Amino acid sequence: MEQTNLQLNKPDSQTNEWDARLHHATRATREDWAGRGISYLCIGAIILVVASMLWFISSKGIATFTQNHVSVWKFLTGTNWAPDTGHIGAAPMIVGSFAVTFAAAIVATPFAIGTAIFMTEISPNRGRKLLQPVIELLVGIPSVVYGFIGLAVVVPFMRHLVGGSGFGIISATFVLFVMVLPTITSMTVDSLRAVPRYYKEASLALGATRWQTISRVILRSATSGILTAVIFGMARAFGEALAVQMVIGNAAVMPKNLISAASTLTSQLTSGIGDTIDGTLPNNALWSLALILLLMSLFFNALVRFIAKRGQLKHER
Amino acid sequence: MNNGSKLAMGIAAISLLLVGCGKATSSTSSKSSSSSQALSGKVTAVGSTALQPLAAKAGTNFTTKNSKVTLTVQGGGSGTGLSQVQAGAVSIGDSDIFAEEKDGIKADKLTDHKVAVVGMAPVVNKDTGVKNLKMAQLKQIFTGKITNWKEVGGKDQKIVIVNRAQGSGTRATFENAVLKGATAVKSQEQDSNGAVQKIVSSTPGAISYLAFSYFTNKLQAVSINNVTPTDNNVENNKWKIWSYEHMYTKGKPDAATAAFLTYMNSKTVQDSLVKDMGYISIHDMKVAKDAKGVVTQN
Repeated sequence: MEQTNLQLNKPDSQTNEWDARLHHATRATREDWAGRGISYLCIGAIILVVASMLWFISSKGIATFTQNHVSVWKFLTGTNWAPDTGHIGAAPMIVGSFAVTFAAAIVATPFAIGTAIFMTEISPNRGRKLLQPVIELLVGIPSVVYGFIGLAVVVPFMRHLVGGSGFGIISATFVLFVMVLPTITSMTVDSLRAVPRYYKEASLALGATRWQTISRVILRSATSGILTAVIFGMARAFGEALAVQMVIGNAAVMPKNLISAASTLTSQLTSGIGDTIDGTLPNNALWSLALILLLMSLFFNALVRFIAKRGQLKHER
Repeated sequence: MNNGSKLAMGIAAISLLLVGCGKATSSTSSKSSSSSQALSGKVTAVGSTALQPLAAKAGTNFTTKNSKVTLTVQGGGSGTGLSQVQAGAVSIGDSDIFAEEKDGIKADKLTDHKVAVVGMAPVVNKDTGVKNLKMAQLKQIFTGKITNWKEVGGKDQKIVIVNRAQGSGTRATFENAVLKGATAVKSQEQDSNGAVQKIVSSTPGAISYLAFSYFTNKLQAVSINNVTPTDNNVENNKWKIWSYEHMYTKGKPDAATAAFLTYMNSKTVQDSLVKDMGYISIHDMKVAKDAKGVVTQN
């Protein structure tokens, strides 16, 4: 490249030494190029990985419908899941996944908002010193540990409390509640901190009490951020496999109540994938479950973007 | 399939951390099998988690003697083992079931090497008060016809069925021997012996089935028709619920793989290691079973 530049700018016949030096790339410039090259390479690799995963899961997931000729509608609404005998109704798992996700989000959100308000408005000092590390700790605990605690503590507790075997949606909700709590809390804290200080000052100056300020001004203007936090929490709950699998019981039946064994998309995937043969219906059916998971996480992402955009517009107005 | 899709498949496979294992290339140094030449090469065995502990232990002993052989043993499930060996990605596919029993596997392309026998028995929570069941009762329990332990002479307690995942080798063996074609009622499914062991011992009214080596004093192994689940009863087929542990190879195994399979079948492994780890030696079997479940006297 430098060669051509040199030639293009060369005055008629004589080579100016200064000219050459000016057009010669310095070490810093070359480092610049190298840096840019490396980051392009990394981005390219990541894009390639993501794109090929999308392509791979989609093509495998669609095979159920194109090769095994199962109708999409039957797959989504059928309630009999017995892939070895050709029945692949995924509705029990879809319902199970949504049930635990919504239940966990509904239970966790009030606690998360309460904690976040405490950490930002009521006692920021203690919040930073005490609660911040606690929440970070909760994030760091591996999900298998949550599952194990669920199996050893939550399941027997539920068995004593409500009867049955203790396995079911309610135990899964309990475990997921603890798992999504830190996600929702820390993101809510961020969005509460982002509320401009003068909103609060103006509200207090107008004679509003502390609680009026928190509930009608701060929470109100942070709504879109809080919603985003809740959706991120739901996305985590929807995709969680191991912990849920250990406490939900993995019965591929329509959940009749909260205390009978049920299953989720992820729990069927992890328990079934090792026992199926590539290219057969039971294997393809599992890939279709994976495809649903993928589409749902894309949907959650799109929803977050949509809410963030609307939130922005409101602030500008 | 074009190159792009192959690449995509490869990358996705790695990213998903599926069973990632190097292609087991046959060693070039195995020109002759004379004892003067040291054995070398790479052997990968993938599949059944029930066989994994035995294969891993035997593998360690084998590589101590043949230091130039690299031997890797991985789990992943019988289905994974069979499909990987069929695809030629590994040298040995471990399986709890006959290749013939699995759809999508071309059994005639694979060679079966039976390396051990595993007995399985129903296990119940100790509270149920049940120690013996008739085969017919067991079938009625797993098909959902009997739902309370008092119907079979136990406590007045609801039966909680814990099954293994659909397609698991242990479940296939149990259903072949007990249900004989009937469909099990939909119930809890767990994907490992360990999880079943823990759940049955802690859940009142629970019933499931386990390999003999997973019995503990926290749960009750159930006799069927007054036959107790012991190794001796498996060896003469009085106890019906048992299966082989298979090591499948595709085509002619390379020298290192062949030597390992011979080692697995040797007295050193069969008479000590196999028994120490809770399996039953195939040398002790007085009967043989084929893929269709037909039993013949040896």
